[in-house]
Amino acid sequence: MNKTKVMSFIKVNTMIIALILVTGFFVWQTGGKILLPQNVSNLISQNAYVFILATGMLMCILTGGNIDLATGSVVCFVGAVGATLMEKNNVNWVIAVILMLIIGTAIGAWQGFWIAYVRVPPFITTLAGMLIFRGLSNVVLQGLTVSLTNTKFIKMFGGGANCYIPDVFGVKGFNLTCMMVGITACVIYLIVEIRGRIKKAKKGYEMTSLKNMIAKVIIIAAVILIFSYQLARFRGIPTALVIVAIVVLVYGYITSKTILGRHFYAVGGNEKAAKLSGINTGRIYFLAYTNMGFLAALAGMMTIARMTSAQPTYGQNYELDAIGACFIGGASAYGGTGKVSGVIIGALLMGVINLGMSIMGVDANYQKVVKGLVLLAAVIFDVISKKKNA
Amino acid sequence: MAKVLLEMKNITKTFASVKALNDVNLEVEEGEIHALVGENGAGKSTLMNILSGVYPFGSYTGEVMYNGEVCHFVNITDSEKKGIVIIHQELALIPYMTIAENMFLGNERGRSFAIDWDETYDKADKYLRIVGLNESSRTLVKDISVGKQQLVEIAKALAKNARLLILDEPTASLNENDSKALLELLLQFKKEGMTSIIISHKLNEISYVSDKITIIRDGTTIETLNKLTDTITESRIIKGMVGRDMSDRFPVREQENIGEIALEIEHWNVFHSVYTERKVVDNVSLNVKKGEVVGIAGLMGAGRTELAMSVFGKSYGSNISGVVKINGQEVHLHSVNDAIKHKLAYVTEDRKGNGLILSNSIKRNTTLANLSGVSRRGIIDADKEYEVALKQKEKLNIKCRSVEQNAGDLSGGNQQKTLLAKWMFAAPDILILDEPTRGIDVGAKFEIYCIINQLVSSGKSVIMISSELTEVIGMCNRIYIMDEGRMVGEVAREEATQENIMAHILKTSNKGV
Repeated sequence: MNKTKVMSFIKVNTMIIALILVTGFFVWQTGGKILLPQNVSNLISQNAYVFILATGMLMCILTGGNIDLATGSVVCFVGAVGATLMEKNNVNWVIAVILMLIIGTAIGAWQGFWIAYVRVPPFITTLAGMLIFRGLSNVVLQGLTVSLTNTKFIKMFGGGANCYIPDVFGVKGFNLTCMMVGITACVIYLIVEIRGRIKKAKKGYEMTSLKNMIAKVIIIAAVILIFSYQLARFRGIPTALVIVAIVVLVYGYITSKTILGRHFYAVGGNEKAAKLSGINTGRIYFLAYTNMGFLAALAGMMTIARMTSAQPTYGQNYELDAIGACFIGGASAYGGTGKVSGVIIGALLMGVINLGMSIMGVDANYQKVVKGLVLLAAVIFDVISKKKNA
Repeated sequence: MAKVLLEMKNITKTFASVKALNDVNLEVEEGEIHALVGENGAGKSTLMNILSGVYPFGSYTGEVMYNGEVCHFVNITDSEKKGIVIIHQELALIPYMTIAENMFLGNERGRSFAIDWDETYDKADKYLRIVGLNESSRTLVKDISVGKQQLVEIAKALAKNARLLILDEPTASLNENDSKALLELLLQFKKEGMTSIIISHKLNEISYVSDKITIIRDGTTIETLNKLTDTITESRIIKGMVGRDMSDRFPVREQENIGEIALEIEHWNVFHSVYTERKVVDNVSLNVKKGEVVGIAGLMGAGRTELAMSVFGKSYGSNISGVVKINGQEVHLHSVNDAIKHKLAYVTEDRKGNGLILSNSIKRNTTLANLSGVSRRGIIDADKEYEVALKQKEKLNIKCRSVEQNAGDLSGGNQQKTLLAKWMFAAPDILILDEPTRGIDVGAKFEIYCIINQLVSSGKSVIMISSELTEVIGMCNRIYIMDEGRMVGEVAREEATQENIMAHILKTSNKGV
């Protein structure tokens, strides 16, 4: 590879490289503790909400750098309503889940309506939402904590002591099911890549070089296998991981393969051009925020399940974690560019930094400072690399 | 002879390999009103931007001599210090500030940390009286009419101690009385020793106020006429503005197959989308037949884009009324989607602002207006999309590394072709091309003309909006002429000359004075 190729490789994969370097740094600093099975498992469970919310936030940011500040409050409010329904009104947990999703979506639609059709700036609409739903959470919970006892709900949404997919093989000390899932995922990934390449070759389309592709496939397969091996050595697949995986796959598919997804990019890339191409731009804004409400409800359920309670302070700063993950993951602050995969890497990077510093015993206040600096550095890098492009 | 105040010598300016100005010379004497005329894009504004420092010293070659010294202006502040003040065609006033605040913006009275508002308003009132504007300087700019805003701009220039006033199309958006008042004001200033340069399309106004007229065409100075020594007639000026040869610049259409009327617009009225009381299209009717290229000529701001966009699914304007018929059937196009469904396409004049998504690939831009053409049940077939983009790229000869390249990386000509590719993939029967060759080089222009010819020879209809008269005459079967929102003429190709089209436009501008 010559110099320009190396540069473009670094540019395309900056965040992956950063993630590897940061992980390496913490492996060195913590004496390898960060890669212990339990810590890998915690990385997923602790950050599940960031993955979910960042995916939704990406859809908002794509429409033109618009953010949703109300997310954390909506997470808290939905959780508060759900916990109250289940614990105080003895509502069946399935019905409670459905109600929570409906409430979250309705809140999203409420905000989306003002933004899309009345053209209230998103920043202001969601700032108002942030206050409204934080206040309502307090009202619903009457300022108190409600403990959750419904074990089915807790287990389903990744909380409590036993929130893992059960092992069907029963090998002691090693969750074979988890390993099998990991291997299956690898095989499916391999098949998809190879089939895609054969198809491209047949039709004579341009392709990445074989060397690059093999390197990419090996790295990704290795990461999946190591991950599942470590999880298998602990307790297996956390249920939270299943939910995150579904959300990421679904939204990754929508953004990259569907007309609807393409419309999000078009609106953020150039709203006027999108309008003149027959795209209903108002509808895209509306969908972005409605969807954000839906995913906030999902994150709300996961939060109360993990904490086995609902409190009026839950979800604080969640929106900032999600926004940070998006920008670190390469979404443009002006909209129109960004990928779900990038956001996942951004969220992972933040998660690794959090976890690594906690293991090292860094003061929580300094953790915030470091996170802030990382976010700023990522955006500076994005802005500068774009300038050089022009 | 009076002293020469300004001399611009051998000015040459290039934008990314396109020569906007080529060896231009301009000499202005103290105390005269000097007019600068030329077609859209001839280079008038570029020249004035060099003079005022918008294009800094070093970005052009040639010499600017002002008041006997060589000037190297790097920004507008430099030129304003010397008393050169430019008033742009688009007024640069801030609506929610008072007249006085606007007038002294960047030129504040008092000290940096303690603006003297009493002095500001007092001085402002004084300048307002000089320009004959009977308003309090505490009035918000949004509350006064456009004509009065123009006067505020002039007062603002006076507040900067202007010695040389440059007015770019000062009467373009004014009505008769306001225009006349403005011209009288200029004559009044002249008596007091002020020097002015005026850029205008309204030849009657120019011949009324100016002492000398410099004609610019295609980035070069053609001649300077002096009121005292030359006999100035409008036809003389027009000839200077448009006289260039047209041979071989347009591909010949082999066979013409003009069919029935494809699109018919009747009694179309549109009001401005923001200033809803302003009528921008006034009772316009036109039609285009199958296999025909119809041109709409006119100056900038004649209402042509507004007409096209309002027809294209009401994407511009308010209070739209009139009838649109496609193939003889009346249709109601309430959204862009409706228009696309009725096989209509509008290719914007502003390819960067309204046309392309510069941060997206050529491929994504190509399919944007017809995504359902490359997908099934809402899911995009990536291979098909790639094939389509490749095919369109080859068909239109878009020069790029690959169709995955960002549209923003392309040259103007290739961006224009990408925009055309996008709309051709939407498979329209009627295409409205708005300034399809603006800002692109001669070679790319020729290619676009060839594409237009292919379109009509396959039975499609093209409406071409263009400010370049040669292009309209070279390409169109029929030419409509619009001015100030009205249809002021229609000429067939056989009888179309630049002189008679220009005459149609200028005749209607013959107002006031």
